[in-house]
Amino acid sequence: MDRIILHSDMNCFYASVEMLHHPEFIGMPLAVGGDPQARHGIVLTANYLAKKHGVKTGMALWQARQTCPDLIFVPPRMDLYLRFSHLAREIYRDYTDRIEPFGIDEAWLDVTSCAENMLKPMEIAERISDRIRYELGLTVSIGISWNKIFAKFGSDYKKPDAITQITRENYRDLVWSAPAGDLLYVGRSTSRKLHTLGFHTIGDIALADPNLLERIFGKIGLVLSAFARGEDQTPVAVDGDASPIKSIGNSTTTPRDLCNNEDVSLVIYLLSESVAARLRENHFAGRVIGMSVRDNGLYTFTRQHRISIPTNISDEIARHSMQLFLDNYTWKHPIRSIGVRVSDLVPDHYCYQPDLFTDIRKRDKQLKADIAVESLRSRFGHDAVLRGRMYFDRILSGLDAKAEDHMIHPHSYFEKGNQVLNSENKETKHV
Amino acid sequence: MSERVGSKIYIDVGATFSAEGILRPKYLIWEDGRKFEIDRITKIERCATRKGGGAGIMYLCMIWGKPVRLFYEENYRWFLEAE
Repeated sequence: MDRIILHSDMNCFYASVEMLHHPEFIGMPLAVGGDPQARHGIVLTANYLAKKHGVKTGMALWQARQTCPDLIFVPPRMDLYLRFSHLAREIYRDYTDRIEPFGIDEAWLDVTSCAENMLKPMEIAERISDRIRYELGLTVSIGISWNKIFAKFGSDYKKPDAITQITRENYRDLVWSAPAGDLLYVGRSTSRKLHTLGFHTIGDIALADPNLLERIFGKIGLVLSAFARGEDQTPVAVDGDASPIKSIGNSTTTPRDLCNNEDVSLVIYLLSESVAARLRENHFAGRVIGMSVRDNGLYTFTRQHRISIPTNISDEIARHSMQLFLDNYTWKHPIRSIGVRVSDLVPDHYCYQPDLFTDIRKRDKQLKADIAVESLRSRFGHDAVLRGRMYFDRILSGLDAKAEDHMIHPHSYFEKGNQVLNSENKETKHV
Repeated sequence: MSERVGSKIYIDVGATFSAEGILRPKYLIWEDGRKFEIDRITKIERCATRKGGGAGIMYLCMIWGKPVRLFYEENYRWFLEAE
């Protein structure tokens, strides 16, 4: 029997939650965006009215105001959105324990067992949609299908507040006629490439020879081919299967552009302290240190470097990141944002082979100092104890890099394993 | 002390927890400081309010023969919808 999978997508999530909490703005265009003074100045989400006026996610605030002069801006309140995300999940939980969140506002639900109890898939979707409207005051778009990819396609097919069922009878009409770019994992550049090769619709991908797609795109070509034919068998993860942490990192858009190595060093130390603290909190040390830079021309690069001894010491992380930066940046433009990341994590009690040139006693001292600083900060606030270099520019160092609201964790579809290529694809034959 | 936030009025509420863990409001203090006993609760459900601007667990309370919608938010605060 086919699985029954729903993909539920809360429409304009941040903006809808804000609209609910601001009845005085009913009938007005509204955007949730960062604080223009702190330069997190982009539109995170806009409501439908604002979108109608041309406001788009990712636009700079000034651009958005130019497009729609009556636009109302509200600053984001992540704790509130997380609360509503949890409440939605509580509702999903009444229908299945197979709930896999995809970001804060979307989730896949495998309701196969619920459907066996005499409820039609459409009825389950309607109940969920009604309850979210009544209990949370928000609307959702739900896609129903036998695989996750088409379910996601269904939830995007009609918005807002709609339910679309993609069945084995109608998928050729609904999915295959849609542009190739609507398929999950076809980004802008893949879409362009597909287009030049004459694959304009999802149907074109589905009907193409998978080997040809593999030759052009590599392994992802086979994945796309299977996605387009609805052969994805990736299961919906069981609720509470927390994904294992693979890396810990922090990045920040700085209050002003960084113009020289001293500025960069200051911010890198700030970020490294936060990354090191979070590594220790989770009892990890890491063997790969990476850093990313975005300059004010929006050029971005990331570099990483493997080290021999796993670390969660802020000074080591900062030194390696700074070295990566000095080796790779030529200062063509001032810098707008910087990130530091540690990956290839191991438990912090991991045994390692010391070398002749590392002073183990000094490392021990540095670790103890880090722990002492962290404990002071947890009692008296982040500014209770700061490195001397932070006093060169208190505006730059005023960022509390560890604050939770800097962190949104994006998820990859393949995070829990790619089960497209290694599944047996029993159900559908290649058409 | 009460506090108005947009169309919500956060108020002081006296409530009890039963041995089974069930939370029930017993009285509320109006904005002007008057105390009203809740005679009866006729409905408890999770719902959103466009009028008040928010969502929570709604207790439909009878006070002096009149129904009053009292909301309990997950931030441990109680609110009424402003008229």
